[in-house]
Amino acid sequence: MRKTLAWIMGAGSFLGLASSTLANGWNMPAGVTDVSREIYSLHMTIFWICVVIGIVVFGVMFYSLFRYRRSRGAKSANFHENTSVEVVWTAVPLLILVGMALPATATLKRMYDASEADLDVMVTGQQWRWHYEYLGENVSFTSSLSTPRSQINGEEEKGENYLLDVDQPLVLPVGRKVRFLMTSDDVIHSWWVPDLAVKQDSIPGFVNENWVRIEEPGIYRGQCAELCGKDHAFMPVVVRALEGDEFDSWLAERRKEAEAEASGVDREWSMDELMERGEQVYGAICATCHQPDGSGAEPTFPALAGNEALLNDRDRHIDVVLNGVSGTPMAAFRSNLNPVELAAVITYERNAWGNESGDVVQPSEIQALLEQ
Amino acid sequence: MSGGSYYVPESSKWPALGSLAVGTMMVGLGALLVHGRGALVMTLGLVAVLSVMYLWFRDVVHESRRGLYDAQMDRSFRWGMGWFIFSEVMFFAAFFGSLFYVRTFAVPWLDGEGAKGVAALLWPDFTASWPLLNPPSADISGPHEAVSPWQLPLVNTLFLVSSSITLTISHEALKEGYRLTARNWLIGTLVLGISFLVVQGFEYYEAYAHYGLTLQAGIYGSTFFLLTGFHGLHVTIGAITLAVMLGRIIKGHFTRDDHFAFEAAAWYWHFVDVVWIGLFLFVYVF
Amino acid sequence: MASNLPPKPTLEHSTTTSGGLAHEHHERPRGMLRWLLTTNHKEIGTLYLIFSLTMFFIGGIFALVVRAELFQPGLQLVQPEFFNQMTTMHGLIMVFGAVMPAFVGLANWMVPLQVGAPDMALPRLNNFSFWLLPVAFTLLLSTLLMPGGGPNFGWTFYAPLSTTYAPPSTTFFILSLHMAGISSILGAINIIATILNLRAPGMRLMDMPLFVWTWLITAFLLIAVMPILAGVITMMLMDINFGTSFFNAAGGGDPVLFQHLFWFFGHPEVYIMILPAFGIVSAIIPTFARKPLFGYASMVYATASIAILSFLVWAHHMFVVGLPLVAELFFMFTTMLIAVPTGVKVFNWIATLFQGSITFETAMLFALAFVVLFSIGGFSGLMLAIAPADFQYHDTYFVVAHFHYVLVPGAIFAIMAGVYYWLPKWTGHYPDERLGRWHFWMSVIGVNLTFFPMHFSGLAGMPRRIPDYALQFADFNMVSSVGALMFGVSQLLFVWGVIKCVRGGEKAPAKAWEGAEDLEWSVPSPAPLHTFDTPPDFKPVTH
Ligand code: HEA
Ligand code: HEA
Ligand code: HEC
Ligand code: CUA
Ligand SMILES: [Cu+2]
Repeated sequence: MRKTLAWIMGAGSFLGLASSTLANGWNMPAGVTDVSREIYSLHMTIFWICVVIGIVVFGVMFYSLFRYRRSRGAKSANFHENTSVEVVWTAVPLLILVGMALPATATLKRMYDASEADLDVMVTGQQWRWHYEYLGENVSFTSSLSTPRSQINGEEEKGENYLLDVDQPLVLPVGRKVRFLMTSDDVIHSWWVPDLAVKQDSIPGFVNENWVRIEEPGIYRGQCAELCGKDHAFMPVVVRALEGDEFDSWLAERRKEAEAEASGVDREWSMDELMERGEQVYGAICATCHQPDGSGAEPTFPALAGNEALLNDRDRHIDVVLNGVSGTPMAAFRSNLNPVELAAVITYERNAWGNESGDVVQPSEIQALLEQ
Repeated sequence: MSGGSYYVPESSKWPALGSLAVGTMMVGLGALLVHGRGALVMTLGLVAVLSVMYLWFRDVVHESRRGLYDAQMDRSFRWGMGWFIFSEVMFFAAFFGSLFYVRTFAVPWLDGEGAKGVAALLWPDFTASWPLLNPPSADISGPHEAVSPWQLPLVNTLFLVSSSITLTISHEALKEGYRLTARNWLIGTLVLGISFLVVQGFEYYEAYAHYGLTLQAGIYGSTFFLLTGFHGLHVTIGAITLAVMLGRIIKGHFTRDDHFAFEAAAWYWHFVDVVWIGLFLFVYVF
Repeated sequence: MASNLPPKPTLEHSTTTSGGLAHEHHERPRGMLRWLLTTNHKEIGTLYLIFSLTMFFIGGIFALVVRAELFQPGLQLVQPEFFNQMTTMHGLIMVFGAVMPAFVGLANWMVPLQVGAPDMALPRLNNFSFWLLPVAFTLLLSTLLMPGGGPNFGWTFYAPLSTTYAPPSTTFFILSLHMAGISSILGAINIIATILNLRAPGMRLMDMPLFVWTWLITAFLLIAVMPILAGVITMMLMDINFGTSFFNAAGGGDPVLFQHLFWFFGHPEVYIMILPAFGIVSAIIPTFARKPLFGYASMVYATASIAILSFLVWAHHMFVVGLPLVAELFFMFTTMLIAVPTGVKVFNWIATLFQGSITFETAMLFALAFVVLFSIGGFSGLMLAIAPADFQYHDTYFVVAHFHYVLVPGAIFAIMAGVYYWLPKWTGHYPDERLGRWHFWMSVIGVNLTFFPMHFSGLAGMPRRIPDYALQFADFNMVSSVGALMFGVSQLLFVWGVIKCVRGGEKAPAKAWEGAEDLEWSVPSPAPLHTFDTPPDFKPVTH
């Protein structure tokens, strides 16, 4: 009786798996690119092959367990060898595998062909945010988690896109081939959006290529998929896919902003302007490590609030932010932030949270340092 | 196979003490590296490890001399030593593998060659070469000169290769029962081995003092010291073992057909020699 | 129950329990000292098994911390820094502290008995191998208390997270792993020497029980790859402490080199954790089907093929690090090939059941569950092997589901099956079948509750190694956490059952199971401290 039950449970769990994976949210998304759909169909094909093999193999097994029970009076036979069966059950799986390998090879070859792209985007992983640069377009920005800490700590209701929201999503055009160049400034990260079927490690010092041609406008969410330290869970990826012309005007807009900011380098900035801009930058980038209130997390992440040594040494402050401290998570921000942002964030750090140095660091000063 | 004479020691203090000693040494080493203090604990541990080894092997020697071991036991030792050397081969395989990997893949990629050449985007000023004198990042200063194989390394190759020959002569003499001849050739082997170490030390001095070739000098220095350093360590261990064998020959421990300890030490020495040939070819010459 | 049937010993041996050169001299030390100084393979085997069980519990408790934090979204119990340490330590402890020592313990007990040897080939070395482990793992666990915490970079410790960006305790972690590695290598050398040199006269290689065969091959794998691990952690040590550039592109190195080295060790390592399990199951199924193992020779060849292939597949863990296309294809094909010899094993077990006379003792239940659940893990492994699809699966809970299916109802179930199977030989008593069945069913249900939903959360997009997750994964995680608690608590039944069996129970004769044929069943139960002081007469059983 119990064996019958076991049999039913075995078969049942397989059928359960089979049918439930079809339900939404339980299975790999088919996604919105050719490649993602090919991968999806590969996935389903192998899955069903495994299900069928499983049913046959476990079927025979449970049949034997049921039929040849000793309690049913079964007497054991004594055969224990048969070369032809061995050959058969070596050859048949081999053929099945060849059948699986062929389409997989074709898909893989397609995935590896990143040539003739319409747009190149450099994706740089940083603890714990993504930096995007539209190569040749003079547009670049950083994208970090925008879910408030209060939701994470359970002090506030969790929002709809809990942990999957960023301040500035990566914007991409629909219908064009976009090539990604992935790298990292610190440890290995992995840029992943399931709907685009792009998952690629970003390796410090090396560049990986990947590409995508999105077919439908929309918002696609994903996450960093390689353990990269304490905030690995808090490093989402959001892609906003726009129709080609919308994308072009978006890009033009961003380029204009960048130019405006670049020209801003030469003018004199007021303390208030810098503090305002600095607070934005600080919140988006520095706060994960040095905390929103500048209190840091000793011993690894130094406090910036009330950090006398730092306040007394303006040059070192600028140097650390520009060039980082090698061998620590403190990255060099000279190429990730523009001179305005750098000046602003340093000014902010020297005057926020009761740090009352009164120092103002002008973008032009940073610009001069960068050009050295 | 022999009937019922397989020797099983009843119990022994050395293994447990040995693991404690190894543990002490490791804790000391760790503390030294991480906190800068622990040298004393580490030295204590090392001394303990060596003492335990001495006492343990002394027991084995006694048992062997009391005739407790039979031919089957001898085979156990042989299998044991053989597989141990195989594990050492694999240890060096990891290092040689790394050397080949950086030379054929990583360094060329960083300069824009091969399947992952896009990496050159990040290192516009870098040019690949081997030995790598100019590491990709300006923060890491490379050596100004590579070690030439045809000077000290060649001398060392001659030392080690001839030491393998002298050792074989010593072994043959032992098998023929010429104890004094065996002793003399073994002394010769040791002299060659120690000369090798001295030359190696001199080469390291040169590398640091004159070539700027250091552990911090990028991947060439890293692989260079990794391979030659661990090889040198193995030569040292091998030389100590051979010195012990010399003592035992002098004491008359070995007979014409019962001297496995000597053979094991010789296998080890030949293994170290073969590794050197690999090193000479791939670290220095090519 | 079959275990109540009068045993019918077929091999009659006068196994001497005294004499032999070994124990003429001094008194054996007593108490703690006896265990500390022992050179006896059975005592050392017991030590290994106790150690492994302890580690299983510690590693299990770490897993429960992980599961508790993941019970619902948000950060509740632990901070991310600590969560990462729990995940890492859980993996390390389970792999190096629980599964590997358990198999070595079983080998210590059973290999000499199954080949008719008086002990392991190098008994003192054997003791040394064991006592390195408690030292190594005390050091490893103590890193959790060091400033900056313990290892927090995953059990795969990818550079540069584990070098430049690692906590200061990493150096101690490396040194403790060195000790565990030395222990494994020496243990493996001992097992190989025993098998090759100490077989009873007349026992040819192709007469050996499959557990011995699988261990022979496993030992070979160990000796081949543990030194690679030693090498790569040495390179880490140098990058951390001496400023070398092995895994640093700035100096001409490559972080991916670390992964190649790690997985050249790591993939054979996962087979190290499954081949002895195959051996155990190949002993149990014929016994309780009362029918010789089907396809003995093909089982041996299949095991050897798996071992050889295992050196050629390592980069299937690295499909998304950006390998060149040819490498990607090569590793995809070789990985898929492994399904063939593994399938041969599964089919042979089923053919053994076919037309047998089957009973369902606890050992058999675990072995049968192994066959089914391991295969499910194997199927998901095959899915992972399809490189394009792995771009979606990689580093998600789908992978976590895969490897727990092959490791928990795989390796761990096989170990438990082995324990239930050989307990009568060790203790002289049969284990309590009722308790055993409770343990079995609770474990089977618990394990599936825990790990089956992970397939879904993984496919739906949940990355692994995260302390907090998006809301759509909440239900799966809740089920997993409940299952984990259930599975964990069920293991208390196991401990209870083992203790009960040690202390008493129905007496077992030499040949405790009616269908058991191998040499270990020819010595009395419980096996006396010294067995086969004089080599037994070996008559090949039908394979
Ligand atoms: C005991 C341990 C064990 C075992 C036996 C296996 C077995 C297999 N594993 Fe698994 N694996 C792990 C432990 C194990 N694995 C671990 C720990 C990881 C994660 C490491 C980490 O990142 O932390 C991992 C990860 C892992 C990956 C990387 C995933 C990723 O990170 O993206 C891959 C990819 O190919 C893989 C594949 C396989 C395959 C093909 C097998 C095959 O051997 C399976 C073969 C078995 C069968 C196929 C079933 C029985 C066969 C039949 C019934 C015959 C007929 C079948 C067919 C023809 C389909 N494994
Ligand atoms: C053989 C190896 C092995 C075994 C047996 C297990 C057993 C278990 N593992 Fe896992 N696991 C790994 C090897 C193993 N694991 C590896 C290699 C990783 C990857 C690590 C990495 O990413 O680096 C991993 C990762 C891993 C994760 C992913 C973590 C992450 O990505 O952040 C999870 C999550 O649920 C998990 C859960 C479990 C559970 C619930 C068990 C259970 O089976 C454990 C059950 C045991 C007990 C619970 C202890 C015994 C019982 C008691 C002590 C009784 C008392 C109990 C109570 C009071 C309740 N494991
Ligand atoms: C990934 C973590 C991380 C991020 C993000 C980060 N820092 Fe840091 N920062 C560190 C660490 C770690 C140190 C300590 C380095 C050391 O050991 O000297 C540090 C040090 C500093 C110091 C010097 C403090 C001192 O007392 O020496 C300053 C100033 C600083 N960071 C500013 C910033 C600014 C501005 C940003 C954002 C633009 C930022 N940091 C972002 C990790 C980070
Ligand atoms: Cu970045 Cu995980
Ligand atoms: Cu693998």
